[in-house]
Amino acid sequence: MRGLNMSTAVVTAAMMLTSGAAIAQEQVEVLHWWTSGGEAAALNVLKEDLQAQGIGWLDMPVAGGGGEGAMTVLRARVTAGSPPTAVQMLGFDILDWAAEGSLGNLDEVAAAEGWDAVVPTALQGFAKYDGHWVSAPVNVHSTNWVWANKAILDELGLAQPTTWDEFVAAMQAAKDAGYVGLAHGGQPWQEATMFDSVVIGAGGTDLYKRAFMDLDPAALSSPEMVEAFTRMETLRSFVDDNFSGRDWNLASAMVINKEAAFQIMGDWAKGEFLNAGKVPGTDFLCFRVPGSEGTVTFNADQFAMFNVNEGFRPAQQKMASAIMSPSFQIAFNKVKGSVPARTDVSGDELDACGQQGMAELAAAAEAGTLLGSAAQGHAHPAAVKNAIYDVVTAHFNGEYDAATAAQELAAAVAAAQ
Amino acid sequence: MPIQSRQADLRTRLQDLIPKIVLAPSLAVVLIFVYGFIAFTVYLSMTDSKMLPSFDFIGLENFGRLFALPAWNTALVNLVIFATLYIAICTVIGLGLAILLDQKIRGEGVLRPIYLYPMALSFIVTGTAWKWFLDPGLGLENTMHLWGWTSFEFNWIKDRNMAIYTLVLAAVWQTSGFVMAMFLAGLRGIDNEILKAAQIDGASNVALYRRIVIPMLRPAFLSAFVILFHMAIKSYDLVIALTGGGPGRATELPATFMYSYTFTRNSMGIGAASAVIMLMTVAAIMIPYLYSELGAKKE
Repeated sequence: MRGLNMSTAVVTAAMMLTSGAAIAQEQVEVLHWWTSGGEAAALNVLKEDLQAQGIGWLDMPVAGGGGEGAMTVLRARVTAGSPPTAVQMLGFDILDWAAEGSLGNLDEVAAAEGWDAVVPTALQGFAKYDGHWVSAPVNVHSTNWVWANKAILDELGLAQPTTWDEFVAAMQAAKDAGYVGLAHGGQPWQEATMFDSVVIGAGGTDLYKRAFMDLDPAALSSPEMVEAFTRMETLRSFVDDNFSGRDWNLASAMVINKEAAFQIMGDWAKGEFLNAGKVPGTDFLCFRVPGSEGTVTFNADQFAMFNVNEGFRPAQQKMASAIMSPSFQIAFNKVKGSVPARTDVSGDELDACGQQGMAELAAAAEAGTLLGSAAQGHAHPAAVKNAIYDVVTAHFNGEYDAATAAQELAAAVAAAQ
Repeated sequence: MPIQSRQADLRTRLQDLIPKIVLAPSLAVVLIFVYGFIAFTVYLSMTDSKMLPSFDFIGLENFGRLFALPAWNTALVNLVIFATLYIAICTVIGLGLAILLDQKIRGEGVLRPIYLYPMALSFIVTGTAWKWFLDPGLGLENTMHLWGWTSFEFNWIKDRNMAIYTLVLAAVWQTSGFVMAMFLAGLRGIDNEILKAAQIDGASNVALYRRIVIPMLRPAFLSAFVILFHMAIKSYDLVIALTGGGPGRATELPATFMYSYTFTRNSMGIGAASAVIMLMTVAAIMIPYLYSELGAKKE
């Protein structure tokens, strides 16, 4: 073990030497997984902003949707003692890294710019650790959306459903007319994303909080949870047979191409509609999953700021400040499909769905119904999240009935803690 | 005279030393990066490591939790199904093809590489190609429907009870040509005189293969088994490309389980425990087998 420590020390020393050389030109090293066209364009806004301030941008993209690859790289970097300046991160991952003592401190810049007043409290729960700001939130996605093909609804004479029963009836009507009722991709996280909304529909925010945030075994195996699983079975009956393994954007394409009536997915799906030249309100509709109105389940991309050498710190603070500037928040989120992470910016530049999302986010933050999305790692740590994925996806694929699934859910959550 | 002998002395000593000097770096590398990390993994499996390695010793608790996980039991059952079928089918097809190709047929030079080429592909390519081919909406089933055979149904890859067999299908397609090449090399190594003598004694073709050729292929069987078994147990890329572990978690294997628990679920201790179990499985089957086979030869 001593030999290993020695070599780490040597590497660290070498790092310090090189960082000494780098002070002359300030720069930030950014680890992220925004590599697809729209995301890369959105990130470019930040890059140019910093370059205008004379701060170099050392890009470190690690492709892969949920950031699994990026997190593996990060572990190696931190273990080797040379963390990047900033890392794109989600929910509990940030708190886990903060608990390891790996994150820096943004209190100064946060105090100077008054972040506490403009960032929703629920979101602050993931950007602050132990009362100190450790990361800069970039956006807020909300996940309890339904995306609907308006042409199909018009053709079948359906109004936008407002209750669960109406929603089921609308899917049935679409199925009877030869369309796919619900476009869905059979990947565990997509099933869990639907499950979030369905749990709120079946048992309200109370059940959601007790089951997913307090991890209360009684709530996890309650009759309301059984009802939630029964509703998942209903959804399953409107999904086509060829769903397993399908990516979410292909499911969105089914709604865009008038093959399917509805999709339950976070607002990143909107980008697919806009890229296809569709207009919100005329070509497609966006509304909250019936039963979950008034509640917003969110996940937020953030840049967690790591504990870097003294020489890198000024650039890191400037980057955090640039991320939180209202102009960047709007410019970025217009491209990304999400809404700004601060509630004091004007949403005039966003499209209809974006404005609706912003208004609902502010209202939910006010009412205390802005809840972290369990499926997106904003309600409990990764081990619990994946344990829930296992049960939800096994049930959705027909392994358990609803009552057994609720029992299994409680058992799996208990085992994962 | 003394100078000459001293020179000769130096030369012999150098000759003794050079192989050791040349081998030393690779030995050191293997010691650290193979055996060192095996030891590290075994240690991690007995700690409470979550996101990053931790050194707090908790004994065998991780193993208990591992075997209580339904996902791990699914992965083990899948491995048994996959490994058994994969090794058996590959061996039978490989041996069959090798025997047929060994009949001094015309065009062997063209046929052999055709069977061997799938091995040149990575499992990712094989997995993706088979994923499209087996997809009911894109591949075989769709094509049959377009051709007018509308009752045709082949949706194993979407069926959680059958999906594990699609892994066997793709893996067998990829590897049986390679097994064939190994058996063919073995067949070519058999002395023709023995076969001629047997034919003169009036042995039928079937008896010739059953009694003489196949028993003489024993070393080829050993290599085939060793290679196929370790490929089965470390199968990771094929699962990721072909089914992604789905539908649901129906096609998880120990290797995919180990990766997801170690790196994406922040349960490094349990991940390390599963890696140790995988290592012990390989060791439990391979060591006695290699010992008996290689030991038998020495005698």
